[in-house]
Amino acid sequence: MASIVAVIASTHHPFYYRASTATGEDRPPFADEWTRKILAFRETLTRARPDVLVMVGSDHFHQLWLDNMPQFLVGKAPHYDANWYNEEREFGLPRMLLKGQEDLSGHILRAGLDAGFDLAFSNELRIDHSITCPIITLRPEADLPIVPIYTNIFAPPLPQPKRFVQLGQSIRDIVESWPSHLRVAVIGTGHLSLELGGPRQFGPHGPDPEFDQRAVEWIANGDLDECLREVTLDSLHSPGNATHGFMDFMLMMGVAGAGVKADYVDTLDLFHTMEAYFTWYPNGAPT
Amino acid sequence: MSKYLLNKFLFMVDRDPELVERYRSEPGELVAWWEAECANTVLNCHTGEASTWLRFDDVEREALATHDHVKLFELGAHPFLTLTLFIALFERDNTEPLEYQKSYGARLAHFSMPYPDIAT
Repeated sequence: MASIVAVIASTHHPFYYRASTATGEDRPPFADEWTRKILAFRETLTRARPDVLVMVGSDHFHQLWLDNMPQFLVGKAPHYDANWYNEEREFGLPRMLLKGQEDLSGHILRAGLDAGFDLAFSNELRIDHSITCPIITLRPEADLPIVPIYTNIFAPPLPQPKRFVQLGQSIRDIVESWPSHLRVAVIGTGHLSLELGGPRQFGPHGPDPEFDQRAVEWIANGDLDECLREVTLDSLHSPGNATHGFMDFMLMMGVAGAGVKADYVDTLDLFHTMEAYFTWYPNGAPT
Repeated sequence: MSKYLLNKFLFMVDRDPELVERYRSEPGELVAWWEAECANTVLNCHTGEASTWLRFDDVEREALATHDHVKLFELGAHPFLTLTLFIALFERDNTEPLEYQKSYGARLAHFSMPYPDIAT
């Protein structure tokens, strides 16, 4: 069976690409420290020597729209074009083309449906920065085949937080039951406290540093009990109006397992939002 | 009132560079044209089929035609869509980094929790 060689949860900050590639006067003062942290984070994936990446993210009203909105969707295609005109425009993100791992997509869809998740699927999916940001930070060669999994953290009504956790737990079981010798890393991105298009946006740090601190502790300690006690669809409005993206972190806590401490934890307090990086090695840290 | 149609306008204009420029330079004309020609387009379908019932009310039409992002927030338009499009419209006028983004937030300072409902 396949093995999960790394579970990685991260924020996806669309400004990283531009900040890290800028030079001279255009280079922001925080770029060097940010780049150092990303290179160290990248090493946690490189060391695991993955063959395939399962990528959990969320479409930001690019391909998925309110006339036909899935809650959870699995891509099943041989290729995925990536990034959109408005992401080039606002963030300077490059167009990309990623390979798909269709066999694992099909396995996740079949086993997920049989496990009680009525997963939507797409055979032609153009992915956005929720998945390309971690490709850029963690595997900039973009050479590994992927299975994209989109969650709806964006367009209410949303699934409950516990459903994200349950899906993560199922993804863990499903990937580990994939009849393959390949080494799989499961990577998911979300947000800590975040405000977009509201009065608390683009502050000197994230809109709710206290929430961020608690959230990092929940994730680092795998404290799903406390996290599920504290986090509801209603409560997530308070830290910032885009904080429902935290539910993708909860999904990744489900993949990593309740009570399992992360093997690698790092954060970076930036303007606008806090960056956070976590890696678990389910089979022990690679040597 | 149709939060959905407000969002549809923001969504469709934001993804089209030509419409972004028309919305910046001639917002009233662009909104009128879009409502007449595009509001009832069924996205992700073959052309030739359309809806028949979608239209703005006067408050919505005015908010869009005057670039009034504060009113759009009050009406429950999706804040991500509004922000993304308005950054495309006005960030180019910045004299320092994030100037427009910060002033955009400041103009919303009178809103407190809970914010207007964005569910559609």
